Amino acid sequence: MSLSTAFNVKQDVLVVRMSGELDHHETEVLRNEWKEMMYTNAIKHVVLNLESVTFMDSSGLGVVLGRYKEVLQLGGEMVVCSVSAPVRRLFEMSGMFKIVRLEENEEHALFTLGVAS
Amino acid sequence: MKNEMFVEFSSVSENESFARVTVASFVAQLDPTMDELTEIKTVVSEAVTNAIIHGYNNEPGNHVSISCVLHEDEVELTIKDNGIGIGDVDEARQPLYTSKPELERSGMGFTIIENFMDVLEIISSPENGTSVHMTKQLSKKTVSK
Repeated sequence: MSLSTAFNVKQDVLVVRMSGELDHHETEVLRNEWKEMMYTNAIKHVVLNLESVTFMDSSGLGVVLGRYKEVLQLGGEMVVCSVSAPVRRLFEMSGMFKIVRLEENEEHALFTLGVAS
Repeated sequence: MKNEMFVEFSSVSENESFARVTVASFVAQLDPTMDELTEIKTVVSEAVTNAIIHGYNNEPGNHVSISCVLHEDEVELTIKDNGIGIGDVDEARQPLYTSKPELERSGMGFTIIENFMDVLEIISSPENGTSVHMTKQLSKKTVSK
């Protein structure tokens, strides 16, 4: 099962919804698409919805970390939401929640960034 | 009963998912929990990705091999490449260490393997390839009558 990604811009927030398996094989296409969305839209924050991600490893973490650094450059914040138990463990083990905020769902994540539903 | 499986495949990233799914379906006969299966899939993915990116510098046309041995309730995995090898294994095992920061690697591969497996042994030297040997004890099943 490969990865598919949907991007949506809501005010100054880029919403990234992924589904499928995020491994090294998927990173190149994902990185290019994600960067393009970040730099062709006037966005500041990123909400990463991982609800439908069924597998993720350290290669996936690398891509998220890369975009986190870019969001910092934009003066914004990265918020991750709807993570499954295994993905949550991976993030915890890697100390990712020290730098990206975790919220329960996309709606709430957007609300905390000032986007009205 | 001991049961063994050996698979060898090209060093291309398409085979990362093939590798983890293949090992997971072999291990499934020990009736692991969903968590255990996810952990095994993750470590296979980490070690195979390392072999492809680091061992072989992303050059296709090389081979990665996996040997998996099932004992009573233990999984033994060996993932090997014949690539460039690791000069300093202790350094490579450090969390956040990566030899390829330009590729946006998180440097968490070996740390994740250490967390998900009981034993991790890395045998490697420059030009002699890398062999990653891991074992994991599966949780004992309560036998229903």
